[in-house]
Amino acid sequence: MLYQISRFIEQWFSSFKTGSEAFGVGFWNPLTWIIAFIIAFLIVYIIRGMGKSEYKEKTEQTKVFLSGNPEAEKEKMHVKASNVYWGFLETLKWLYKGLDKMHNGNVSDYVLWFVIILGVALLLIGGI
Amino acid sequence: MNGELDLIAEMLKHSPALIVAIPLLGAFLTPLIGKINDKIRNAFAVFIVALTSFFVFLLANDILSNGSIHTYVFGGGPALTEGGFAVRILFEVDGMNAFMAIIASILALAGVIYSWAFMKENTGLDKYYTLILLMIAGMFGMILTGDMFNFFVFLEIASISACALIAFRTNQGKAVDAGFKYIVISAIGALLILFAIALLYSQYNALNMAVLAREIQLTFLDKIALALLIAGLAMKAGIVPMHMWLPDAYGRAPASVTILLVGATQASLYGALRMTSTLYGKNIIAVLKHVDFDLFGQSVVFDITLNGVLGFIILLLAILTIFIGVLMALKETNFKRMIAFAAIAEIGYMILAIGSAFLAVASIDTVTSSAILSQPGYMALKGGIFHILNDALDIGLLFLVAGAIYYATKETSLNKLGGLARNMKYTTIFFLIGLFAVAGMPPLNGFASKILIYESTYQVNPILSIIAILCSILLLAVFVKVFHSAFLGPKQEKFDNVKEAPKSMLIAMGIIACLIIFIGLFPEYVLNNIVTPAADALVNFGNYIHEVDSNYVISLIGGF
Repeated sequence: MLYQISRFIEQWFSSFKTGSEAFGVGFWNPLTWIIAFIIAFLIVYIIRGMGKSEYKEKTEQTKVFLSGNPEAEKEKMHVKASNVYWGFLETLKWLYKGLDKMHNGNVSDYVLWFVIILGVALLLIGGI
Repeated sequence: MNGELDLIAEMLKHSPALIVAIPLLGAFLTPLIGKINDKIRNAFAVFIVALTSFFVFLLANDILSNGSIHTYVFGGGPALTEGGFAVRILFEVDGMNAFMAIIASILALAGVIYSWAFMKENTGLDKYYTLILLMIAGMFGMILTGDMFNFFVFLEIASISACALIAFRTNQGKAVDAGFKYIVISAIGALLILFAIALLYSQYNALNMAVLAREIQLTFLDKIALALLIAGLAMKAGIVPMHMWLPDAYGRAPASVTILLVGATQASLYGALRMTSTLYGKNIIAVLKHVDFDLFGQSVVFDITLNGVLGFIILLLAILTIFIGVLMALKETNFKRMIAFAAIAEIGYMILAIGSAFLAVASIDTVTSSAILSQPGYMALKGGIFHILNDALDIGLLFLVAGAIYYATKETSLNKLGGLARNMKYTTIFFLIGLFAVAGMPPLNGFASKILIYESTYQVNPILSIIAILCSILLLAVFVKVFHSAFLGPKQEKFDNVKEAPKSMLIAMGIIACLIIFIGLFPEYVLNNIVTPAADALVNFGNYIHEVDSNYVISLIGGF
């Protein structure tokens, strides 16, 4: 049992070497990543701690500033999912028009796509 | 001591059959147990799946550690009667089968544990658990069988029970609609697979996969059968543009069913892999056409090979699958449909690697009957197979999170959700784990398989790798949108009373999250001990043929 555990740990550490065959050329080390994450968290925590001492609740500090406009209700301040990436979706409107047409929910059309692919596969594999 | 060993040996011997028989028997006992008490019925279902998983791990441990192949002949006696007519049904389990069975058992166990609390408000749960166990039996049957017709039968068992489960919430019209679409698509796919099986049977008098793999000559009918098998199984696997049923089915089924549907989809993908690499393995580099023509006075000569055509088709479909899956996910505002589109994109990554592996087949070793791949091709195959496991876990976890949110808020529209991280802390953590894993962020499991895919496909064509990486970034954007819409933001008054998901749901999500972290931390361990034997089983298809040939075949096919 102990031998198996030691083999397991040995195998784990051996996987950290740079340019491991299984992962090609490069560096992949889960342990390094974890350490990097812990350091990042620590930095975030320290920065957060530094800011906290000056934070005063229920003062002007905590009020939302919207270029002088009144603050909307909290619930309305939340950006809805359909508004996220609006610019991206608007730019690719032409593409989405076609994709929406494809995903029309009609099962006959689903089958039609299948028939098309089947036809192509038959031609490419059977026809050559 | 000897008695104990004998018992384990006996269990191991019969485990291929027991893995299917236990859930099948459990399915029909469930309504009877349900008469006693609901809790006992739920516990019984969990026990059945746990027992099945025990046999799966027992069998997989033996196969993966020893590199052996387990064959189970139903009905006793020799596999083939005199005259060479194959009548016995065989279950043949190699590294690839064992790998897929492990995935199916993890998903099944998580699904059944999750169902305990998730489905408690529904009626007709006796039928629900019966169908769940039937679907699990069908899924395992598809994975373990070594018989073509048997594969079709289990495919149908899984499809019919999945259809009923998708439409389980009959009070929701769209669920019934999704169930209908699923059964239409599944029936068409399955019938074409049956037609392909008939074409093979008519020529070789055999249904056994190993026997067929040995006999297949790549006649015109064999090519037609291959096209039918690929198209039928690709549709069942949700490959673009035959994927449209998938968001409907995944989106409308209860989350506990969706996680099993992920397993069923991957069982179809396994089927496609087995058919192409084992059944047609011997002929994989066969020349379909010799091309010789003059181009501006220069003689152009090349061969069109089967692996080249297959690789080309698969890569084309893979790019389409990744691209369309991600783009549709980015636009979607229904939580479960969005994950379904992401699942489609993830399937694209798997077949991208598999397509690259097909293109990398250089030759066939006729002595050992194994495919010889270039190093990047072999790495791509391993990456693709590894990603099957990682995708099942990542997408499965995200579906369970979506289910937990639906359970707590009765809402699936992301436009109506917000601020849930305040009420559902554990669910939020599980979602974050799923998010980073599915987007291929280190140090989680998605990264480990995706980096293999990126590196290997880069060798085939750098553009493939670039598209894959870009789409992975878009996938991260998709789930960042979900995280922002559902979990972040100010506290919503309507969700004031929302509570954390019940324990059984958290346990199911926790099991999968732990596995994701484990694989992320020990990728090489999983790669060496589980993934590589599976990849080797596909490459060394001769072992699959030889196992049946040497031990079970009395005389050659064609004895009539």
